[in-house]
Amino acid sequence: MTDDWPLFEVFIRSRSGLEHKHVGSVHAADARMAIEHARDVYTRRAEGVSLWVVRSTDITASDPGEAEALFEPARDKVYRHPTFYSIPDEVKNL
Amino acid sequence: MYTQALDVHGTEPVAAAAGEAARLAERFQARIDAEERIEPKDWMPDAYRQTLIRQISQHAHSEIVGMLPEGNWITRAPSLKRKAVLIAKVQDEGGHGMYLYSAAETLGVERGELVAQLLAGTAKYSSIFNYPTLTWADIGAIGWLVDGAAIMNQIPLCRCSYGPYARAMVRICKEESFHQRQGFEIMLTLAQGTAAQRDMAQDALDRWWWPAIMMFGPSDVESKHTAQSMRWKIKRFSNDELRQKFIDITVPQALYLGLTIPDHELRWDEAGQHYRGGAIDWNEFNAVLKGNGPCNRERLAARREAHADGAWVRAAAAAYADKERRRSAPTGEAS
Repeated sequence: MTDDWPLFEVFIRSRSGLEHKHVGSVHAADARMAIEHARDVYTRRAEGVSLWVVRSTDITASDPGEAEALFEPARDKVYRHPTFYSIPDEVKNL
Repeated sequence: MYTQALDVHGTEPVAAAAGEAARLAERFQARIDAEERIEPKDWMPDAYRQTLIRQISQHAHSEIVGMLPEGNWITRAPSLKRKAVLIAKVQDEGGHGMYLYSAAETLGVERGELVAQLLAGTAKYSSIFNYPTLTWADIGAIGWLVDGAAIMNQIPLCRCSYGPYARAMVRICKEESFHQRQGFEIMLTLAQGTAAQRDMAQDALDRWWWPAIMMFGPSDVESKHTAQSMRWKIKRFSNDELRQKFIDITVPQALYLGLTIPDHELRWDEAGQHYRGGAIDWNEFNAVLKGNGPCNRERLAARREAHADGAWVRAAAAAYADKERRRSAPTGEAS
């Protein structure tokens, strides 16, 4: 165990209208300092208009070992996609 | 840490039969061969994890130590414009170190451990930063040659099999291009200046050429990690391939500057369509790696001093955060 400050994950909204996206992490004593560090580390070239930081330990992630059980069932449900349905060419606006 | 702290190595077979381990290893290599990216929580062989921790942390240390030779010229940059540019470049190097430490931490190692290894002198960093910056032209030569060589090394790393490392490299490569171009522009300005300025540019090229060539690491026959790293797609080209590419693109740039590359054996190989250089002095390379370059001790001393001088700031910030947390905690829950 080292005396590192806690780790925060950093998310950036690159411009308004777009969602925040994960870009990396920073160490900081608290959330406000994490925002300041994230600004210095990840937005030196106008990469964003908004930042989120969240403590890494507060994120719960799915287990890659369960990826099949979680995501495979969606693969055989092609009828959820519009391209599954054949519509005659002469029918418009569908 | 990209959230893998929840169950670090949790998917490793604890006491799995040898057959199970072999199956996992086989599936891992199949994913690599299919150009899939490996992410932090995915199963990976321990040797892959350790190789990446070593490589990414060495890379991070190089960025951090790399701030020192250039920082040396911030107060003496010849104009306000050059000073602003140099500050921005040095800040970028610090940022690159942060991206890379962040990527290394996704593999389950703590940043404090990595920094401690650097300060203890047990971790390696790029040999190039153990050379001194004696004149302003050295800042031009570093941008042009050192960042140029770094780009050559780093562009293939953007396709590295480990996702967080590859993403950090994409970010870094975008920024390196500015570094290289500002360096070349300094060299161009000096090369077109007075006789004294031209001499200064030539002197910088004379001193930085060979160390830059050595940045690509030992020759292919000597490089012990290359074959495995290529199988894992951490590395895409061998040291000698990248070195040759660098020489091929840099020689014409030196010709444009009207400067002479300090290699009497350098010639154009018409049949092979390459510039062929003379033999590299590997004794020098090994001496610098072992800690006996011109500035090894000075660089480490500067890092240790900075770390020690910052200790009270880190402690004060942690104490303040702790106090704020206790203040905002509901009564009775303060601890």
